[in-house]
Amino acid sequence: MSRTESSVFVALQANADTRELVEAILADNPHAVLHEDPAMVRISAVGSLSVHAESVSERIGRDYDLQEMHINLISLSGHVDETDETFTLSWAN
Amino acid sequence: MQMDLRTVAITPKRQTFAHVARRIGGDKPASRYQEGTFDLQSTGNFHYKPLWDPEFDHFDPARTAIHMNDWYAFRDPRQFYYGAYVIARAKQQDVAENAFDFVETRGLAAALPDDIRALTLNLLLPLRHVAWGSSMNNATIAAYGYGAGITQPCTFASMDQLGIAQFITRAGLLLADPAALDVAKSAWLSDDCWQPLRRVVEDMFVTADWFELFVAQNVVLDGLLYPLIYRTIIDDDLTMRGGAAVAMLTQFQSEWSVETAKWADAQIKVAIAESASNAELIKGWLAKWRDRVIPALMPLAELALGARADGSIAEVAGQWAARLAKQGAKL
Amino acid sequence: MDLQVAKKKLGLKERYALMTRGLGWETTYQKMDDVFPMDTFEGIKIHDWEAWEDPFRLTMDSYWKYQAEKERKLYAIVDAFAQNNGHLTVSDARYINTVKLFINALAPLEYQSHRGFAHIGRQFRGVGPRVACLMQSLDELRHAQTQVHAISNYNRYYNGMAEFRHHFDYMPYLQVPRSFFEDATAAGPFEFITAIGFSFEYVLTNLVFVPFISGAAYNGDMGAMTFGFSAQSDEARHMTLGLEVIKFMLEQDPGNVPIVQKWLNKWTWRGVRVLTLVAMMQDYMLPKRVMSWAEAWEIYFEENCGALFRDLERYGITMPPCVEQVRKERDHLSHMAWSQFYQGRGTNDFHTWLPSAEEMDWLSAKYPETFDQYYRPRFEYWAKLEAEGKPFESAGMPMQCQLCQIPMFFTEPGEPLVLAQRHRHHDGEQYHFCSEYCAEIFDDEPEKYIQAKIPVHQIYQGKQFPEGTDPTAEGFDPAAAVGAFLRLDPASTGNFVGSQDEANFNMWRGLTRSND
Repeated sequence: MSRTESSVFVALQANADTRELVEAILADNPHAVLHEDPAMVRISAVGSLSVHAESVSERIGRDYDLQEMHINLISLSGHVDETDETFTLSWAN
Repeated sequence: MQMDLRTVAITPKRQTFAHVARRIGGDKPASRYQEGTFDLQSTGNFHYKPLWDPEFDHFDPARTAIHMNDWYAFRDPRQFYYGAYVIARAKQQDVAENAFDFVETRGLAAALPDDIRALTLNLLLPLRHVAWGSSMNNATIAAYGYGAGITQPCTFASMDQLGIAQFITRAGLLLADPAALDVAKSAWLSDDCWQPLRRVVEDMFVTADWFELFVAQNVVLDGLLYPLIYRTIIDDDLTMRGGAAVAMLTQFQSEWSVETAKWADAQIKVAIAESASNAELIKGWLAKWRDRVIPALMPLAELALGARADGSIAEVAGQWAARLAKQGAKL
Repeated sequence: MDLQVAKKKLGLKERYALMTRGLGWETTYQKMDDVFPMDTFEGIKIHDWEAWEDPFRLTMDSYWKYQAEKERKLYAIVDAFAQNNGHLTVSDARYINTVKLFINALAPLEYQSHRGFAHIGRQFRGVGPRVACLMQSLDELRHAQTQVHAISNYNRYYNGMAEFRHHFDYMPYLQVPRSFFEDATAAGPFEFITAIGFSFEYVLTNLVFVPFISGAAYNGDMGAMTFGFSAQSDEARHMTLGLEVIKFMLEQDPGNVPIVQKWLNKWTWRGVRVLTLVAMMQDYMLPKRVMSWAEAWEIYFEENCGALFRDLERYGITMPPCVEQVRKERDHLSHMAWSQFYQGRGTNDFHTWLPSAEEMDWLSAKYPETFDQYYRPRFEYWAKLEAEGKPFESAGMPMQCQLCQIPMFFTEPGEPLVLAQRHRHHDGEQYHFCSEYCAEIFDDEPEKYIQAKIPVHQIYQGKQFPEGTDPTAEGFDPAAAVGAFLRLDPASTGNFVGSQDEANFNMWRGLTRSND
């Protein structure tokens, strides 16, 4: 019998500052699913989700510091791994 | 053409919360500092004694020997509530960031005279541990103190000291490398010149009375260490000797210490004025910790100033005593 | 000396380690056990604090920068909301009673949390966890203050909020959240962080915040919505800390597993009991409803926490057994609670009211197995009494559970017409509980829970009269005396219909819409 696959998610405020961030995440994580709610977006993915600084930088035309995400982050689910280049959410199982 | 913009005027039923109104002499508009600080801590009807300290209630004025009729007589002259605090610090960190960038991109670290760089590494880097200890001490007061009036600014002071420890760490990485931080830690742990200060800091870690700890940490230690290191040695002496880049990297500490001294002074002034017994306790603590901190700072002064150390220490101590006299603490 | 050689750039993890755990040292002039006297008595064994994996790696300079930006944005909106009488754009003035619940029941918990995290931020032996806890302490102060500031404008116009501090310390219903939090802060540091950092801030946080924030968004309360989103960004860091702590404890020693399991069991139960207030708020107090408590439970517990507990299985952790009972109570909880608050409305600092026919139809649809069978008849009967001019109100005071302190209105799981009661004897006294789970928590630490200041007992013992009251005097009115002690404004109590809030809101909104 197969195990239920666990999903991770990141929820962000939906505003002018997060547009490119959301685009980058969806482009880099083809298995991710976008849910739109009032003033908020939630991106969920089975297994893991990665945010790449370079991907966002390309889209916004300047160097993006991943820690800028703190300003618009609402919630998340999963174990966090943070480096200068990538922010990853995952479940171990 | 004049534009007269109006919103619909409706009359509020009250200006502020009742407990705030009781403190500011009636129902008047209150500041964010007042609404965010007054009476936020519970004072009665506690359900369970803390397992980790069952002699006392969770918040208990008996955790210190001083007595205050009104624990919110402790006010912050800066009126820092969280928002005002982080916004103020963000401006300062922006200045610090620019300074670090400037020093780095123009190779000013490399341009330092060798002896100045070496002195800076020897003197400044171990102070990151003192700053961390200071952060711990303020966390103690934030946890076990009484009333948001004093525990709030001590929370801020705790985070400020962590920030300072991190600025010093960054300076170390800029002037040298991670190995230099290891050398500094060894010095902190074993070099003769650091042991008296380390002993002072560790003794503070086990000081049970949180107001005594406030006096020891924020009035005595910071009140003597910061003027000595950051003003006398770095801003004045090292700058004259070609070490202006170091002063740039420690600008945050210089400014911060002047700002917090005003806050710390205001707290002891109020506590001393409250009662003769408070005054006696506080003066006792001031003298006790002064007599330990000054000798602990002497070896550091000698490291930087050589024969001029005695004179500089005396000057710093004299200015500190004069400052305290203004708060009602003539020692 | 050649410093022009390019320095090897340190990675974030390495840099952060230098900025945090590198700052600490093993004390020698004072024993480490004296410097950290509180982190071993609970039986949790930590063999290697260095194995701690830092959750978010935020140095103070970045913290100040990003938090300042959040604060500027938040206060700009709070100011705009206040300047333009934003409170008049909410869907319906009943909504404002959820704001009252927020300031009275939740905001003071943020302050408690601030102090609690300062405490563990000093007491854990490892520098890494201490730094994370200190940052959380600062964040919680932020939450307490931004809530007070955002709600300050509501207090100016509506009743039931002005005495929120005194009420949190003494009002009966508010001892439910208060005793919950005090139970955690009175516990040791590892239990505190399991209870609050993990159970409350990870497992249950979305069940609290999504209803309140979404409720605010749906009902036109921009101020609360803004605060909510802004605070939640800090919560992401808190959740990560909570999860890391659990992992850390479980990985350090197998002996920690049963202790952690016991705490997860206890705090899931205590937490869900406190969430009774939130369930009630979601199903009865939001004029524009977002989703039912039952639906929120499905998404934010069953789906979300399913993933979490599957992840923890590898350590030997299992889903707390109380979840079975929570599932059985799910379709009853909000209705029982609202009934209680409606009946006792003379003693609350926020208004209650009976659901309209349309609202009852929504409840029927969301609770097809319980609402029409057990609760609609109650509300319809009370509506009939109201229409006849004989509105029903409880005359006496309810028995409260010794542990969760909620009035004992809970029914047996699976038997909705049987009141649930459990009893224990300890040192010659009898204690009452709403459930087996509350009774079991008591059994584990009776000396702790017998200390509780059960509100109804306090009142009956005459401890809630104003100082100097003579209860033997002619014509003494105990209810009035208690009201005076509690500083309970009569205008803030009772039915929303006919309240000052209702009249004022309608009048003021009328002013913004007419040209008289």
